[in-house]
Amino acid sequence: MNQRSVTVAAGLLVALGFASGATAQDRGFITIASTTSTENSGLFESIVPQFEQATGIEVRVVAVGTGQALRIGCNGDADAVLVHAPAAERQFVREGCGVDRREVMYNDFVVIGPGRDPAGVADADSAVESFGIIAKAEAPFASRGDDSGTHKKELGIWAEAGIDPAGSWYRELGSGMGAALNTAAGMDAYIMADRGTWISFDNRQNLEIVFEGDPILFNQYGSVLVNPERHDIKHELAMEWHDWLVSEDGQAAIGAYRLRDQQLFTPNAN
Amino acid sequence: MMEAFASAFGLMLAGDAELLGIVGLSLRVSLSAVFFASLLALPVGAAVALFRFPGRGAVVVLLNALMGLPPVVAGLIVYLLLSRVGPLGELGLLFTPSAMVIVQSLLIFPIVAALTRQIVSDLWEEYRDQLISLGAGRLRAIPTLLWDGRYRLITALLAGFGRAVAEVGAVLIVGGNIAGVTRVMTTAIALETNKGNLSLALALGTILMTLTLLVNGLAYGLGEFSRRRYGG
Repeated sequence: MNQRSVTVAAGLLVALGFASGATAQDRGFITIASTTSTENSGLFESIVPQFEQATGIEVRVVAVGTGQALRIGCNGDADAVLVHAPAAERQFVREGCGVDRREVMYNDFVVIGPGRDPAGVADADSAVESFGIIAKAEAPFASRGDDSGTHKKELGIWAEAGIDPAGSWYRELGSGMGAALNTAAGMDAYIMADRGTWISFDNRQNLEIVFEGDPILFNQYGSVLVNPERHDIKHELAMEWHDWLVSEDGQAAIGAYRLRDQQLFTPNAN
Repeated sequence: MMEAFASAFGLMLAGDAELLGIVGLSLRVSLSAVFFASLLALPVGAAVALFRFPGRGAVVVLLNALMGLPPVVAGLIVYLLLSRVGPLGELGLLFTPSAMVIVQSLLIFPIVAALTRQIVSDLWEEYRDQLISLGAGRLRAIPTLLWDGRYRLITALLAGFGRAVAEVGAVLIVGGNIAGVTRVMTTAIALETNKGNLSLALALGTILMTLTLLVNGLAYGLGEFSRRRYGG
């Protein structure tokens, strides 16, 4: 385990023992459905203890793809969600699954590929063009294929490029971000990843960032409360989390999380 | 590879609190599951071995087949049962260690029941005349034969334990791999792999296998000890 997690280890042991008093104030816990990118990048390990200390509310994070996170929320199995697919989040609210969507932070997506860049993506002027180059070269491309926020974004860029990705070069993995990066590293494939997971990812092998910086690659994260009228959830406690994320303290905690000398998420609550 | 083994021993020696918590939860969940599954599976397995009833063949085939129940299917079933929109949603058990015990019990039950049926069936062939001459009916033969076969049955329980402690699909779905609450060895290994932290993942894997080895060694040792002390 890393140093960060050791600091919360004492608290963890108490919680694991099913013992009482997991925190000093012990106000119970909330369950947050979130994405693999926030968990794999280590963000939660950094900010959750600060929230727990400030409020005495324990936060339990279930990290899955954005699509699954929204379904868990809609079923009432979580009290709030923190995901990154604005269109899907708005639909989640429209359908009555959630309420009060707020923008919390952003980072961006990057196009990753083998360092020698066989398709020549580095010359592209836009993300859409870079995808076109990959498709034309039929260079191996690994797609998340799991209805996650990253997958939705990737499909949006293919649509923008007017390409229906198919063929043996386009490989749908159906995995989380980290697992997909492992696979891409193994087959020297191109892949789109969120910058947070990429920075924290260790098993890069030949992979490097081959394209970045296009505004279309903007990656907005939003917090949405599960609709308390549909399910008997911990709405008041979840509201405190929701408020904290966009508060000065919460935003500062997000901005202060750095790994390998880089800031992973930029707070942008309005 | 060597680096991973070295760091595995480093981790164990350091007694990292988070690691100990994860190891402890793995053992607690899987041993509880073995206990609860066996409470039912031992008598059921023995009953299927001893009694003749219509559809018995189908039950035997079903038990044997369910030994191969895919953990992710078991996980999905329990998830749907425990979800708030499911029939048992009111209990609020999803994403808790209890949910993990339930799903692992489901995986273990057919293994212990099927192996128990086989073991008791063999013993019944052996002792049938003796038991009948003593006036023991089939019902009363169940505890006798389970007791007689206890050393062989330990192997059935260990098979169930091995299955439970090694699986990742089911506990991931119903537990959610929540840090400090439902994170066990296998889900921690999967998470570290996803972070690209392969050497730590392998180190955790080494620890899990060492643990399994210890549990099996302990069971073997206890069996041998009581066999010598009290006779087989």
